[in-house]
Amino acid sequence: MSKVVVVTSGKGGVGKTTSTAALGAALARAGNRVCVVDFDVGLRNLDLVMGAERRVVYDLINVANGDAKLAQALIRDKRVDTLSLLAASQTRDKDALSEEGVARVVDELRGLFDYVLCDSPAGIERGALLAMRFADEAVVVTNPEVSSVRDSDRIIGLLDSKTLRAEQGQRLQKQLLLTRFDPGRASRGEMLGVADVLEILSIPLLGIVPESEEILRASNIGAPITINAATSQAGRSYEDAARRLMGESVPMLVPGEKKSLLNRILGRRAAA
Amino acid sequence: MSLFGLFKPRNATAPVARERLQILLAHERVALGPDNLIAVLRDEILATIAKHVEIAPDAVKVTMGQQGAVSTLEIDVDIPTEKIAAGLARQAPAKAVA
Repeated sequence: MSKVVVVTSGKGGVGKTTSTAALGAALARAGNRVCVVDFDVGLRNLDLVMGAERRVVYDLINVANGDAKLAQALIRDKRVDTLSLLAASQTRDKDALSEEGVARVVDELRGLFDYVLCDSPAGIERGALLAMRFADEAVVVTNPEVSSVRDSDRIIGLLDSKTLRAEQGQRLQKQLLLTRFDPGRASRGEMLGVADVLEILSIPLLGIVPESEEILRASNIGAPITINAATSQAGRSYEDAARRLMGESVPMLVPGEKKSLLNRILGRRAAA
Repeated sequence: MSLFGLFKPRNATAPVARERLQILLAHERVALGPDNLIAVLRDEILATIAKHVEIAPDAVKVTMGQQGAVSTLEIDVDIPTEKIAAGLARQAPAKAVA
């Protein structure tokens, strides 16, 4: 059975595209047929993060409008052959994407893939609403920072009201992916902790991705971190999150549990 | 400054962030949520009052607040006294018939 998952956040720059690429590659490496779809019309970047920017000929809008066949627009990954990309258009016309067109494309993708990951644009405008419209599940990407948490809360409200599933009274599974997490700062009380964010947003946790140099390194060379540095801490976090998305039960490790004695003392004090 | 002061985190601002978010989101969920409770309440209260008294559409203000663990719903209705008198006068004959 095919699953359509929207990767969304409200706020920009929290790691939606990075997470879409990393989760998509991890799911594909686990043997699933996966398509990652860029919904950020006008500001496409998933192609760049996936290292396929020079291979884009047709895009989502071409297929949605019937100007190209889906098979012509899908870009198969050169490293993982079960992974494909459907790029966003660079047109400046935000209304170029119609709901009927997206419905047709998503329907066709369901027939070809086990997972369809929709990389949402930032904001709560048309593009973001279309990205979530036909989703079965949502990954809400959040940084432990006030504006990101607030925007995620807003997005959760929209997932519960503006998606087709919500309108039909069906349940839409929403899970939190906490990214750019700094365990040291959280333990010193300088950054919202995992429990804080979970308590405020009250949706289940899909994973915790620590702030990592590996992520920038991976995007520099155009390789999802789960391909380029799968054994790094951030890479492993995404691998675990992908397995949880597949329904496996994987113990949740809070990054940076190995703490120095001094950190442990400071951490206890902050918690007390 | 005590010796323990040295170990105290200087920047434990996360609890402040958490509290601010909890208060803000409790408010926003009601105001922007799918049910839009405040707007529904305001419209229904306005409609009920308007059945009996002539009232301006902006005379009803509904606000939701939170103080600690207690949520408060504040309803503020602004009706000029002469209109209440007129409204009662209009109703009086109807009551007599019934």
